Amino acid sequence: MITKFVKEAQAGKINLVEHTEKALEEAEKISKEYRYVTAWADAVERAKELQEQVTKGTAHGRLFGVLISVKDNICVKDVESTASSAILKTYKPVFNATVIQKCLNEGAIILGKTVQDEFGFGGFAVNTGKGYEKPLNPFDKKRATGGSSGGAAGLTKKATFPHIALAESTGGSIADPASFCGVVGICPTYGRVSRYGLIDYANSLDKIGTMALDIDDAALLLEIISGKDAHDSTSAELPVPSLDTAGAVNGLKIGIVKEAFAEGVDNNVRKSVMEAIYKLEQKGARRIELSLPLSMKYGLAAYYTLAMTEASTNLARYCGLRYGATDQLTGTYNEFFSRVRTNNFGEEAKRRLLLGTFARMAGYRDAFYTKAAQVRTKMLQEYAAAFKQVDVLITPTMPIVAPTFDEIKKLTPLQNYAMDILTVSPNLAGLPHISIPCGESNGLPIGLMVTGPHFAEQKIIQVAKAHGK
Amino acid sequence: MDITPELVKRVAANARLNLKDEEIKKFAAEMKEILATFEKLSEVNTDKTEPSFHPIPVKNVAREDKTGECLDREKALSLTPHIKDPYFRGPKVL
Repeated sequence: MITKFVKEAQAGKINLVEHTEKALEEAEKISKEYRYVTAWADAVERAKELQEQVTKGTAHGRLFGVLISVKDNICVKDVESTASSAILKTYKPVFNATVIQKCLNEGAIILGKTVQDEFGFGGFAVNTGKGYEKPLNPFDKKRATGGSSGGAAGLTKKATFPHIALAESTGGSIADPASFCGVVGICPTYGRVSRYGLIDYANSLDKIGTMALDIDDAALLLEIISGKDAHDSTSAELPVPSLDTAGAVNGLKIGIVKEAFAEGVDNNVRKSVMEAIYKLEQKGARRIELSLPLSMKYGLAAYYTLAMTEASTNLARYCGLRYGATDQLTGTYNEFFSRVRTNNFGEEAKRRLLLGTFARMAGYRDAFYTKAAQVRTKMLQEYAAAFKQVDVLITPTMPIVAPTFDEIKKLTPLQNYAMDILTVSPNLAGLPHISIPCGESNGLPIGLMVTGPHFAEQKIIQVAKAHGK
Repeated sequence: MDITPELVKRVAANARLNLKDEEIKKFAAEMKEILATFEKLSEVNTDKTEPSFHPIPVKNVAREDKTGECLDREKALSLTPHIKDPYFRGPKVL
């Protein structure tokens, strides 16, 4: 869809200014109804610039004229970027994140910022910060979009104009909403994409990825934003392969993770994913059942311990002095900081700050933080052993379809965290994964997740495309 | 593990959060339940296991010792009302 549009736009067959004005009008209408966008970029101004390039004959770039929406935790110059937290309200970055610059270099038009759980703290996009409305599921407004990249997934589903979304995952925040909203979401290997300009949640877990209606579009954007960046020392010094790959599974070994189909997984979800696996077998894949006992039993605890600990140090920077929310300069430093933070962080942010601060306090650090990092080593070993046997792993993305807001309200914080059971382990291990729609249950989309070894983005895309063929 | 209101109060002070008594009570109960789950990690034998602070090998990288572009002072100060040219202004220390 995108490639054809880009060619036509470059050739001047589409008036980009009119196209963008129309798309913007549609996006505004969708957002008014479903609450997906938190801030708008000057898309029309950018479209005028690009249209001039067409006139001059200098039009170029693989995203020429394509509207890209950006998860709110990715910095866009001069556009309010708050990670949907009140504590960053009014913050307009003075620079672009590396991924944004790469999109602009390819001729993209930035549409605006999409709503999320505050700083990424949630799996349903119901933990948006103070003053931010919860996004509504595109299939049923009584239901959640999934999170934390909820706005990105919802907008991707509803928009009829050519559009790709930049999203981000710490523990499942791309795959989860992609599953609940029936779109494609790709989360790359940790380090594949630069995090420069990403508002940190947990530095050892955060990964910027993409969402689209179609696998090719999500793969194209991922290829564009990948690569080593001098501004991010954790970005990987590896060549970026072409992600424009055909779907094929003939001769591939597909690992079926037993625990991911066990009790607690909705029957229709299990059935749909099993049917999809059967179809892949008919196309020549070999199915191998395997078990990830450690990761499936301890993944949640290890993930949340590490994620919250890292989050509590990252959020220490918000003190109300240099940017974002502030207050009168009264009281001592500590009184001032505490007042600004207490007034502006939402409830889930406070909960995670408390848990994360606790897990790294003297006397508890070894039992929680260090222990979780050791369990992570064991999980990495377990995955490495699995990938000696198989090429990719297939599981449902989420154990359920999108729940209603009323159902979510009844969950305790711990039950809430447990919904991430299938996504946290690949995220903790930094493994690339893709979620694609694979059927419906009572009119709501089901997601299938393909996970690969480190830096095997091409392979997971290849398998996902074989399903779609 | 016993998560007492006093402990939550201490943690909140470290996290620079002011919590009301009822919030402390609520968070204490929730933390107790959540930390009990985290404590299950102790069942895993991690003798002689190095912790992984990243999922892929990461090494320290030093950039070339050359002057690069920096955020200029005017821009850095443009995002807050609390300035006393050419510095940020903070609450009184003394």
